[in-house]
Amino acid sequence: MTPAVRLQAISKRFGAVQANREVSFDIAAGSVHGLVGENGAGKSTLMAILYGYYHADSGHIEVDGQRVHIANSQQAIALGIGMVHQHFMLVDTLTCLENIMLGAEGGFFLTPSKDAVRKKLQALMQETGLVVQLDARVADLPVGELQRLEILKALYRGARILILDEPTAVLTPQETDQLFVTLRRLKERGTTLILITHKLKEVMSLCSAVTVMRTGQVVETRPIAEWSEDALAESMVGRKVTLGRPEGLQSRVGEVRLQASGLRLKHANGVPALKDVSLTLKAGEIVGVAGVSGNGQSELLEVLSGLRAPEGGRMDLGGVSFTPDAWLGTARARTLRLAHVPEDRHAVGLVMTFPAWESAALGYQTLPKYRKGATMNHVAMRDATRQMQERFDVRPRDENLGSSKFSGGNQQKLILAREIGEQPTVLLVGQPTRGVDIGAIEFIHGQLRALRDAGCAVLLVSSELDEILALADRVVVMNCGRITGELAIEDCDEKRLGLLMAAQEERAAA
Amino acid sequence: MSQPIALPRWIDIGLLPLWNLATALVVAGVVVMVIGHSPWQALTVLLNGALGSVRGLGYSLYYATTFIFTGLAVAVAIHAGLFNIGGEGQATLGGVGVALVALWLGASLPAIVLLPLLVVAAAVFGMLWAALPAYLQAWRGSHIVITTIMFNFLAAGLNGYLLVNWLRPAGSMAVESAEFSEAARMPALHQMAAALGYELPSSPLNLSLVIALVACVFVGWFLWKSAAGYAVRAVGSAPRAAHYAGIRPRAQVLLAMAISGALAGMVGINEISGVQGKLTLDFVAGAGFTGIAVSLMGRNHPVGIVLASLLFGVLYQGGVEVSFELQGFSREMVVTAQGLIVLFSGAMATVSAPLFARIYAGVKGGR
Amino acid sequence: MDEVLIASVLASTLRVSAPLLLCAMAGVLSERAGVVDLGLEGKMLFAAFAAAAAASVTHSTAYGLLAAIAVACTASLLHGFACVTNRGDQVVSGVALNMIAAGLTVVLGIAWFQQGGQTPPIEPEVRLTALAKGFAEPQPGQWFASVFGHGLLSHNALVYVAFLMVAAVWFFLERTRPGLRLRAVGENPAMVEAAGMSVQALRYQALLMNGMLCGLAGAYLTLAQNASFSPNMTAGRGFIALAAMIFGKWKPLPTLGACLLFGFLDAVAIRMQGVALPGIGEVPVQLIQALPYILTVVLLAGFIGSAIAPKALGKPYVKER
Repeated sequence: MTPAVRLQAISKRFGAVQANREVSFDIAAGSVHGLVGENGAGKSTLMAILYGYYHADSGHIEVDGQRVHIANSQQAIALGIGMVHQHFMLVDTLTCLENIMLGAEGGFFLTPSKDAVRKKLQALMQETGLVVQLDARVADLPVGELQRLEILKALYRGARILILDEPTAVLTPQETDQLFVTLRRLKERGTTLILITHKLKEVMSLCSAVTVMRTGQVVETRPIAEWSEDALAESMVGRKVTLGRPEGLQSRVGEVRLQASGLRLKHANGVPALKDVSLTLKAGEIVGVAGVSGNGQSELLEVLSGLRAPEGGRMDLGGVSFTPDAWLGTARARTLRLAHVPEDRHAVGLVMTFPAWESAALGYQTLPKYRKGATMNHVAMRDATRQMQERFDVRPRDENLGSSKFSGGNQQKLILAREIGEQPTVLLVGQPTRGVDIGAIEFIHGQLRALRDAGCAVLLVSSELDEILALADRVVVMNCGRITGELAIEDCDEKRLGLLMAAQEERAAA
Repeated sequence: MSQPIALPRWIDIGLLPLWNLATALVVAGVVVMVIGHSPWQALTVLLNGALGSVRGLGYSLYYATTFIFTGLAVAVAIHAGLFNIGGEGQATLGGVGVALVALWLGASLPAIVLLPLLVVAAAVFGMLWAALPAYLQAWRGSHIVITTIMFNFLAAGLNGYLLVNWLRPAGSMAVESAEFSEAARMPALHQMAAALGYELPSSPLNLSLVIALVACVFVGWFLWKSAAGYAVRAVGSAPRAAHYAGIRPRAQVLLAMAISGALAGMVGINEISGVQGKLTLDFVAGAGFTGIAVSLMGRNHPVGIVLASLLFGVLYQGGVEVSFELQGFSREMVVTAQGLIVLFSGAMATVSAPLFARIYAGVKGGR
Repeated sequence: MDEVLIASVLASTLRVSAPLLLCAMAGVLSERAGVVDLGLEGKMLFAAFAAAAAASVTHSTAYGLLAAIAVACTASLLHGFACVTNRGDQVVSGVALNMIAAGLTVVLGIAWFQQGGQTPPIEPEVRLTALAKGFAEPQPGQWFASVFGHGLLSHNALVYVAFLMVAAVWFFLERTRPGLRLRAVGENPAMVEAAGMSVQALRYQALLMNGMLCGLAGAYLTLAQNASFSPNMTAGRGFIALAAMIFGKWKPLPTLGACLLFGFLDAVAIRMQGVALPGIGEVPVQLIQALPYILTVVLLAGFIGSAIAPKALGKPYVKER
């Protein structure tokens, strides 16, 4: 049987990063094909190539046995490929019907066109079981219905091959069940489905074949009968724990510095971001938060650092209790000796238009040492910056250089120098080595360890499992806004971590 | 307005703005030709009228004084990430404030006490007129561009109402207030020079110029040296980073707009106390908008603003001279040139950047 | 109530609202497509001048109208070049256009006509005059003839065109394919681009239509309302139209209501001078003239409902991939 899609040796490089390397596999017609992997595995890039957003550097694609060149998404649609994105591409103020019609209206006057489209859609909705209120405004509808709308939109354009990117990320359990029903019906109808996900239960329940990807390459492709959840988890994570971990280091764990319990938070669209999260940070310990990014890790950092107040829960820090109506603020956090290296160093960690010596005081600009009455003490700020640059080997050693002119690694080192420089008792760190060169990574890891040894409580959020495994004393895994499990570093192995990263509810450390 | 091409600093700050200015002036020159005049002749008369005599220079500097105030007002707001188009209305209110205090206390206080009071009044009235839109933006999310435009019209209406119904002397037909006493008049430069024994041709140039330059120093200090300025610039440039740093954006928006309004209000000192000696209807005459041009050209920095204000002062004074000397030439040519400068230096500021980047890369590569 | 008063207020309201309507509809089209248009004032001024200059020189109404539309469209396209093609700041561009218009109309006026910025008066045959000549004055004692005749039927063609334009713009936005796309591009341009349509092309289309309507608005001032151009004759009407558009939440029908309201306030303002209202006393004419601005600020402050602008308004569109 000709496969619906055949990918042959697809490679794609973005600058220094090889996003896809020699990716080859077949997707059988009328099947549900799972594409599984961690962040950065290359799944999204691959599907973006299939949908025409990017061009592969080498390799080719066959659709229904014909070799094709997909130059843009219009051509992909013409070939019968449709995509349902994680972030919906809809116009809020228009109705569902108008959203589906946009671009394929079928005539100058809308009223007759709408009637024609409506008839076709009603037939389609009957056939697929996808029910959507065609005349309701998108802004008024729940997320589950909007996703059905996106699927309907793709099908209306003639999609026979449908790519779904993390479809259940924004759905409630009930909506997820409904989606499964829909997907099974579509499969019966003959639509080929490609499911990008990291949720192994769903994969096992829906897919007929699964491809696991890691660091841009295909690990293996097998029919579902040859897979199990455990096998998938191991294949997904697939590395030894002891990678990069220095020997003979004992952490001396001390008192509790930060205690958070029952944190609850919802996204703007009502989808829960944090579900009853509790966490304890102790002196002299690095707690690593692992998990596919987008599962609440960012929100956890925002809540703990005072950037955002949760809707429920409480936090105890430095002897003070905080509840949602009187939550910690970023200024207060610093007076309580809590420092934060944010995930987004460009928009949050530094002011890009400030020179280095001004960014070096960011967050600490009210400290007496940086002030002379109502003026800023430029001399002190410059001295401090030079010291930071010296201690942390920030290059170039120029405190007058604009913050935006430093390389990613040096910006990160500057931020770290600033936050560590005030000798915090708790340090929250998000993605410390994202986009940072190897030399700087080593340095930053060394600094974090030294800080831990000096008695600081460190929370490390990273989408790089390697980093967590190299640094953490205790690993906490998050999925779907929940902490699914907690393991001491010596108890971590690929299988356990993989399962926790894909788990739906809390699991005891098996 | 993002620039994806990395241009070296000297092109970005020096060459590109000059190029934009030159383009605007060339287009203005084309307009001059279209109306049948020689751009060179117009330019000569303009420069002569503005700089060729001490009197002309005095006028140019007097105009520049007002533009420094409105330019600084726009600049302070821009550093906080806000576009203050309300300079016109804030300046009007500044004048109203000056008039109210001058008429109320002008007879009873000596100049040495009254003049500082007038400065305070101008600043406070201008500040209040900017604070209200600032509050609405920061606390209620009302877009400050629209509200300040509305407030410009409200200021004109308020000024008109006060003049017609309260401040106009009984029996007078002109829509003006009573004249201020001598004590409420900013000393003119030629008056001060005369007191020292020097003779200078009379011009509207007065002590306000000194106040404007002091304001420049203050703005420079405020933005780059003061703790409050650090917070304002952080909020204007990177609001999320400012939030991360414990800075509260609302307070900074209010502070920046208050200072902005106060600066615009000081136009009242130059125009009402310095030149007119009474409150009139449209004494701001578009200076609020010139402030936008001045700030854009001056890259929102006090030094640049002084230079740009001088340029516009020369343009305005020269424009008046040209309209006297050349038949069929009106001083609105200056307004046209000003609009072209705002267009090329503001909205189309980065149009030529890719061209410069290519030339620069080509020259560098050739070496 | 005095039927002469009602009739003349009604007639005044419609006459004053007409240019506001045309301008406001122009604003609606541009801003619903995502491009801020502060230059309504400048375009109307340019168009008024062009209409007056062309009509007085060529003695032709048609050329006057054409000139007005051509000039306003050019200004809109320039705004588009600065903001859509070059992603310049839309507010600054609008402010610049207003300044250039204020200056250039007088410069050209003085240079070409030497009358201090005024254009020569246009002959009555070339001007747009009332279609039904018999209702020029309200008749005391005759309710129907006064209110219906003078109030509604005594106007020139452009007044009726203005009201027709409201229906046309509504129909265009809600019931046609290009209108649907225009609405989408002001809310989610990324989605429109992904669906295979050009954001730039759609925005330029909107700006062209905007130019045509501004052209008609300006032409109204010099061909219908007055008989010649005088410097700064728009006197802030462009901003009142902007206020009406915001007050009408960027929708044609509520904007019509806002324009009528503001037109009514203007019609009433002159008549209220010297008139004492029971309990309040004399209302200053400046207050009534200020009411459109005050109401808009109150609306923006969220005290009378909220004004939600098109989501992509004011943000230059950058292609993602």
